[in-house]
Amino acid sequence: MDKVVESHEIRKLFKSGDQILSGGFGLSGTALTVIDELLETDITDLTVVSNNLGDLGQGLHKLFIQGKIKKAIGSFFSINREAVIAWSKGELEIELLPQGTLAEAIRCGGAGIGGFYTKTAVGTELAEGKEERVIDGERYIFEKAIKGDVAIIKAAKADRLGNLVYHTTARNFNPMMATAGKIVIAEVDEIVEVGDLDPEYIVTPHAYVDYVVQSKYSKVGSEYVESR
Amino acid sequence: MLSQDKRHVIAKRIAEELMDGQIVNLGIGIPTLVSEYLEDKEVFLQTENGLLGMGPLATEENLDIDLINAGKEPVTYLKSASFFNSADSFGLIRGGHVDVAVLGILQVDINGEIANWAVPNQPILGVGGAMDLVTGAQKVIVAATLFAKDGTSKLVNKLTYKTSGIRRVELFVSDYAVFKFTEEGPRVVEMLEPISIEELSEKVGFQLEYLNSPVEVN
Repeated sequence: MDKVVESHEIRKLFKSGDQILSGGFGLSGTALTVIDELLETDITDLTVVSNNLGDLGQGLHKLFIQGKIKKAIGSFFSINREAVIAWSKGELEIELLPQGTLAEAIRCGGAGIGGFYTKTAVGTELAEGKEERVIDGERYIFEKAIKGDVAIIKAAKADRLGNLVYHTTARNFNPMMATAGKIVIAEVDEIVEVGDLDPEYIVTPHAYVDYVVQSKYSKVGSEYVESR
Repeated sequence: MLSQDKRHVIAKRIAEELMDGQIVNLGIGIPTLVSEYLEDKEVFLQTENGLLGMGPLATEENLDIDLINAGKEPVTYLKSASFFNSADSFGLIRGGHVDVAVLGILQVDINGEIANWAVPNQPILGVGGAMDLVTGAQKVIVAATLFAKDGTSKLVNKLTYKTSGIRRVELFVSDYAVFKFTEEGPRVVEMLEPISIEELSEKVGFQLEYLNSPVEVN
């Protein structure tokens, strides 16, 4: 079995209205090549679940500029001034979640759990409308699990079956998102043969991954540059 | 005192609170400066995007832009380091495995409840890890200059900014004084400026008290 595909082949996996889980914290750990392929499609009305919406002119911000995003679910959009303006004009829906709640909701989504109770955000504006209950004398709120139609993952290496290992803090949301998408696409810096990755160090088992794509980006100084 | 100096006074005083072996999360702003004053203490810095054992900021020579802190600045990691995903990272935080979180604030009220994520009437759409850290860390130390640019006190009777959670923080280190939050309200632990508690009370707008009677200086 070989899950490696050319990047353009993944365009057909998306459809308008999809909920897309996108790994990454800032641009670190973001599937930049997959996002570029999405830009080549005419799909629209996407809901994007990601910590933030990329960086100025890069990553998910490109999708936003192209008007493909209807709703963003994440924890930190302040840095993205245009997204904030679009939100204040009613052109973009935003659902703000504490970062730990976002991560746990996706973990639950991939693990067959409907939701969870957390103390985070109790008594704040972000708890409004959420069920509250007292457990062992402490207040908790209910947070629903999050799943996606497609998860776009960035890892350091994959073997041809889709076993993944990550690099430093580029891991972030990727391992959970890899479990919570109906279709999972992993963009990687290096593709190796089955058996080349030490099973002790595999973070995402191949069972979660459907497609593997070679990244066209590489790190040059303080930037990710399209180089292939 | 220049505002930059004040920030360093606060950071240095907070560093004194940290102990060998502690797992510590430093927020953005003044909290980040605390790392400059750790000297030979073995404190393990956690960054919520998935690293325990964070080292100094990266230089041009060792830059790897995948490797960043929660403020998205390139950093390095120490020999003791481990990397983990965001769910595990917030399990550390929410589960009470982080000994101390040092956080910046916009306001703290007399019960020790803080506001540090949203400014009223401004479309701030970011919460990040602020609420998880307030809720989960064993001890929360907050850092800020005592007065905002317009002169208003950040120590207030009641929050006018949006709350970050119902938890009472332990300590507020400001440029004027260090406050401990008790059942009875904030108590001054130490003055950092040559000012009487009466003068400080007047500036803050309500009566402040020492935690312990100050030692008379003859």
